[in-house]
Amino acid sequence: MKIGAIAGITFKEAKRDRILYLLFFFAALGIGGARVLAILTVGDRVKIIKDVGLASISVFGVLMAILIGTGLVYKEIDKKTIFTLLSKPLHRAEFILGKFLGLVLTLFVMTLFMSLIFLAIVYAHTLKVEGTLLVAVGYIFLELVLVTAVAILFSSFSTPILSSLFALAFYLIGHLSWGLELILKKMTPGAGRTLVRALYTVLPDLENFNFRTEVVHGLPIPPGIYLSSFLYGVCYTAFILGLAVLIFRRRDFI
Amino acid sequence: MADAIRIDNLQKKFRLGFIPKTRQILKGITFSVREGEIFGYLGPNGAGKTTTIKCLLDLIHPDTGTIEIFGRSHLSPRSRQPLGFLPENPYFYDYLTATEFLAFTADLFGLDRVEKKERIARLLKLVGLEQAAGLPLRKFSRGMLQRAGLAQALVNDPKLVILDEPLGGMDPIGRKEIRDIIVRFKEEGKTVFFTSHILQDIEMICDRVAIIVGGRIVKEGVLRDLVSERVLFTEMTVSGLSPEAFRGLGESMSTRGDRVLLKVYDESKVDEVLALVHGQKGRLVSLSPRTETLEDIFIETVTRT
Repeated sequence: MKIGAIAGITFKEAKRDRILYLLFFFAALGIGGARVLAILTVGDRVKIIKDVGLASISVFGVLMAILIGTGLVYKEIDKKTIFTLLSKPLHRAEFILGKFLGLVLTLFVMTLFMSLIFLAIVYAHTLKVEGTLLVAVGYIFLELVLVTAVAILFSSFSTPILSSLFALAFYLIGHLSWGLELILKKMTPGAGRTLVRALYTVLPDLENFNFRTEVVHGLPIPPGIYLSSFLYGVCYTAFILGLAVLIFRRRDFI
Repeated sequence: MADAIRIDNLQKKFRLGFIPKTRQILKGITFSVREGEIFGYLGPNGAGKTTTIKCLLDLIHPDTGTIEIFGRSHLSPRSRQPLGFLPENPYFYDYLTATEFLAFTADLFGLDRVEKKERIARLLKLVGLEQAAGLPLRKFSRGMLQRAGLAQALVNDPKLVILDEPLGGMDPIGRKEIRDIIVRFKEEGKTVFFTSHILQDIEMICDRVAIIVGGRIVKEGVLRDLVSERVLFTEMTVSGLSPEAFRGLGESMSTRGDRVLLKVYDESKVDEVLALVHGQKGRLVSLSPRTETLEDIFIETVTRT
């Protein structure tokens, strides 16, 4: 109930943010613009539309999560609305969770609208509804949920600009860390290998949520990978949220 | 009578600035607020009033000391269930209407729909915001925001109401209304703990007060024990006589037309002034003995400390 109330107010606040609509506009432009790109490119036009469309949903969704998420907790502290909230019988963990769920709800609605535009454009070319595309969208959304948790973590102790930079760095590292796995395979056992393994374990691997290539090109996806990716996303998000709560609980609101 | 709030040896220091400098804000605060009383917490700016309240509400973690609210540690969110709080200069979600805002705060206390609706209607009437119920809070004046803040502090029908500068930004009529509401709380058996700079208001409605200066409680007690009924001086306005006529009797403060404002420190000299006025065919316009006020005590205490 209390978490729901915080989530509701967060959703209301987030949907008033102009950045959200600006990013949605560019996302729609990106998805729609894929048609133009497809005409100009040699190859399977539908595949290009799907690829660019899914990439647009992912990139603009992440920007929404970072730019709105990093300001959420900070704004409450800066505008001092937090005094009214935390003077109620509310755990600080409930506050963080409510903020997180409110933004996740916002992103769900935005992803839904972006997906509808995307599916409509694909339908215009193929004259069929491709359900498999939704699998890729579903995992993009899972990635957005994790990035939201990261944005809220940084927002609980830092300013929006720094938090945005940190969250963006997390996203970029998350998409490049798979390279460490390749290095690991080529390294001989030793201290260096242990170090790289530890680094790979700690750093996020957001490529776990990337099913775009498989879905667009109709490649087979090994069974069990959906579940492991899903569990990875849920566990990592829970870990980040736990960290955010730990930091937030120790804060003084002067 | 049981204690609504019990604070024992509260200490808090902050490290502030780019090159952190430690500043001790609270230096061992100890006091208690009894159930059913109106308790005034006074102090100059920066004395530690708001920091005490923030520690009480677990918004700030004290370095040492214990705080109990109705016998329960302040660290438990349940201790805040019977509590209502109005912050100084309240800031709320300005895009919400007063009704939406109250509904949101009611949800944080888990009120059911029927109770919530009834409570919101009653509170809007109590604080005089019935006409503005559908307006977004960003269109509210400072006084109206203060009233909305008071309404949200009462949404759970609290046993203990904590008000940080509730009379700030209010016009004289608004101040009187809020004062009346606070007195009504006491009649309903609620405990009120509030800070204010407006000492007349505190004097008018408080049962007990504590004065905090430089992070320490320097005076605490029942108001009528602190404020004696001793006459400090008598103010007299007299017409028809020159100020020189009162030399040796009292201090002539000002002259306006043929009126002289006198300050007579010695009570026995008041009769002499009256006799003089009568004898010289003058006229006594006003006479008011000035007893010690909370303001006198406050200024004396702060200056001495």
